[in-house]
Formats: sequence, structure tokens, C-alpha cells
Amino acid sequence: MTIKGRAYIAGAFEHPTRHAPDKTVAQLHAEVALGALADAGLTRADVDGYFCAGDAPGPGPASMAEYLNLNLRHVDSTELGGTSYVALAAHAAEAIALGKCDVALITLAGRPRSEGMSTGTTPRLRDPNQPEAAFEFPYGLTTANGYAMCAMRHRHQYGTTSEQLAWIKVAASHHAQHNPNAMLPEVVTVEDVLNSPVIADPLHRLDCCVISDGGGAIVVTRPEIAKKLKRPLVKIIGAGETVKHLSGGTFDLTTSGAARSGPAAFAEAGVTPADIKYVSIYDSFTITVLMQIEDLGFCEKGAGGKFVADGNLISGTGKLPFNTDGGGLCNNHPANRGGMTKVIEAVRQLRGEAHLAVQVKNCGLALAQGTGMQLGTRHCSATLIMERE
Amino acid sequence: MSKAMARNIPAPVVTVETQAFWNAARDRRFVIPVCAACGKAHWYPRAICPFCDSAKVEWRAASGKGAIYTFSVMRRAKEPYVIAYVTLAEGPTMMTNIVDCDFDALRIGQPVTVIFAATDDGPPVPMFKPDR
Repeated sequence: MTIKGRAYIAGAFEHPTRHAPDKTVAQLHAEVALGALADAGLTRADVDGYFCAGDAPGPGPASMAEYLNLNLRHVDSTELGGTSYVALAAHAAEAIALGKCDVALITLAGRPRSEGMSTGTTPRLRDPNQPEAAFEFPYGLTTANGYAMCAMRHRHQYGTTSEQLAWIKVAASHHAQHNPNAMLPEVVTVEDVLNSPVIADPLHRLDCCVISDGGGAIVVTRPEIAKKLKRPLVKIIGAGETVKHLSGGTFDLTTSGAARSGPAAFAEAGVTPADIKYVSIYDSFTITVLMQIEDLGFCEKGAGGKFVADGNLISGTGKLPFNTDGGGLCNNHPANRGGMTKVIEAVRQLRGEAHLAVQVKNCGLALAQGTGMQLGTRHCSATLIMERE
Repeated sequence: MSKAMARNIPAPVVTVETQAFWNAARDRRFVIPVCAACGKAHWYPRAICPFCDSAKVEWRAASGKGAIYTFSVMRRAKEPYVIAYVTLAEGPTMMTNIVDCDFDALRIGQPVTVIFAATDDGPPVPMFKPDR
């Protein structure tokens, strides 16, 4: 049993807003849902499967299903943090392959910017039933210093430098300059990154992603329907997912869950990292990108610093063009969740609809990779491989 | 340059599963969960051994000695503080703070010893300071 070739991404839509104090979260979900359906050439009445994650208002899919007035025979609200939508695209393909639905709608939206969240630098209150809470919360774990501990260990184990990490931001900014919606469209240099204030050693402010409002949606459907639509065909051919955690106190903080979800996706797709023409890599922080690139096998473990340096991730000049929309580092990070925009930019690349300045030539095979929650403790990883048909 | 207790430490949530750990902490005793069936220590503490699934987990006195596995100085905070993972002499690696030290002189691999830091209305939590 495989999802390879059993489903296509027929519609994709990214909300142009980056600041939406005048809209509700539900309204943003609805706008991206309708945007993705219109992109596919489908309507709300065609949707029989709905997929969402923790950003959808209310518990699970019920509130949004009602707001959108959907008539459903399949639902899935698997919550994997920011990477949920990479996994949900695969879950939609699974459901379609099993005949559980024909047209799957996946939505993401949120307004952390309007709501004034200091997302990355304040310890987040937890459910007291989370068994680890007492052994983490008192120590001031924040998003930023958790990821920073990964970067610090990576530097110790492999000699990864702040300059090398900075190149990831530099590459993202080269792409963002062509995106009229990007929050940070200015091209930056390695020096700019190193001169920005340290948030949590060794991560600087410009090693961190933006905080933005917005959202996105995709529509996944079965081959018979996709082939009747007028859009280029983007086929799902492989996927993997996992949770990486602290394993009872015996862990290596330099490795991400991509080391498990990646090989699973490559095996299902029957391709290798060398075949991939474009990658969307979750970029909550620069270190997140570096670890996932290594763990997916685009270079040897520990060689990520050298691999990302000197513009190697810049479209047109580098060997591995990544996040050509500017990614979370420069474009947007709606609802503090970057997985959806990772899939959407991969779809644009495969369709040949990315900005001309960043469009990868003959982009026939793309990969979207995400990590959700906290790289420095426990996180979810999802990998999705897509092919232009 | 001691900045040990500048930050208010929120009280840990005490549960039936970890009550004994926090009782010991109130006496400034650092105990860790060790499985009587497989002999392994684990972290964070739980009633079921994550390695062999046995329920015969016991609280045993730990040496309080360890080495810094990784750390980060949180600069964007009212009072900067150091979050870290420390690998205990007994095996497991635990999240903690490094206190009572020069933040800029910290390094991975540095030997450290446990201390207990007071919290807001709760039992004290284990933290570590570098050995001199």
C-alpha cells in the first residue's frame, strides 16, 4: 500500500496579508479555503474531506467545518505543530487512496502579530498534565533558547559557525526581495545577521523567523478529478512523519526527526536527495534549516555548515534552491506555523508559477520538510515529496 | 558575576507521580528515578521505565555531579539566564539552569554540581553551578 500517485495537489492559496487586525481567525481560514478552491477550479460543495490542526478555532475540526458550512464524510485534525500541514497533505492522500474522500481541503490561519504574542522569547504556559512540564517550565524554556541549545551543540560537535548559519538567512532574503508580500524584502548580508542583537546564544535576531498574521490552504484530490481540472498536475509521491523526543534522557540534540521522516518519504517516492530540484525547508530558525538539510541527506551529517555557505541555497546560483518565497525567515510565518507555506511554494515551483527571478528551471521534483513544536525538546517532523506530471 | 537568583522561578507542578522527588528536593536531596528491573536511570521522572516498561522505578540518591551537554544564554530577557542540558554522572541528560557563574566563561563539557533554587510558592528545583 502506498500513496504514490494516488492523489494530486490541485489547489493552493497563500493569504497575502501579513497583518490582519481587521479579520478573525475563522474568517482568515475561510478566505484561504475559498482561495485554494478557486485556484483548483473547484467549489465548497465539492469538498468532502476537511483537514486542520491546532490553529483552527475551537477543538478539532468542528467549528471550522460549521463556519465554512461543509458537508463532510472524512475529517482529520492531527496536531503536529507547525509541520501539521505537510503531514496533513499526506494524510489527505491516504484518505483519498482509501476512498474515504474525493476532495480534501486543508486550511491554516492565525493572527499572532495582531494579538501581540512575543512568541519566541517568553516561556509558554503548559497543560499541567504534560508530564514533562515541571522539569522544563521552571527553567525558562522559550522557543528561541530551545533551538539555540541545538545550535550550540551543533557548533560543538561539528564546528558549525554563526557565519554559516547566517548564510541561510542571506539566501532567504535574496528570494524575499522578489516577493511583494514578504515582511522582510531587504537583502541582508552575513555581517547584517552577525551584527543583529543576540537573542539566545548563538542565535541572533536575524537567525529567527518573523511573526506574522495570515494563512494558507491546499486542496488535494484524486487523479480522476485532478486531470479534469485546468491546473498543472502536482502529484504526491512520498511522505514520512515521526516524533523525535528526549528518549528518557538519552538524546542527540543535533539531529531532527527529518532523519526518520525523510528516508521514509524518499523510499516511498523511489527517489534520492540528488533527484530533488527544489526544497521547502521549515525555517523557524536558521539552525532548523541546517539540521533538516543534513538529516534529509542533502549532505553528510555535520557538513551542513559548509553546505549552506556561500549562497548554495540561492535559486539560480546555488546547488539546492530553498524557500524561494523568502520562507519564514523573511516572508511570513502565519499562526507561528510554517508548514503550509512550505507546501504552497513547492507547488508553485512544480507548476512553474514561482516568481521568474527564483523559478527553478525544469522543476519536476520538489520536497517539503517541516518540524513542529520544539527542536530542543520534542518535535514532530513531516516530509512530503511531490512530482510534476 | 553572579546572577544566580535574579529570575523568579515558577513553581513546578507536583503530581502523584513525582511527589517523592519534590519531597526530597524540599530536603535539598537530589534523587533520580532508576529502574530496579533494568538498572537504568531516566529523565524526566516517570512511574514506568521508558527503557523496559517495568513499573519498578525507584528513587535513588544521585551524586549531583554532571557535565554541561549544551547551553544558551537567554539575552532577550529582563535578567539574562542560562538554560542548559546537563548529563548526569548516572547517565541521563536533564534540562536545567546553570547559575552562580560567569555566563561568558561557560563551555560544553564543563563539570557542574547540583544546587537547589527556590521557586515561587513551590518546592525548590535542581539547578547546577560550575565546579571551581
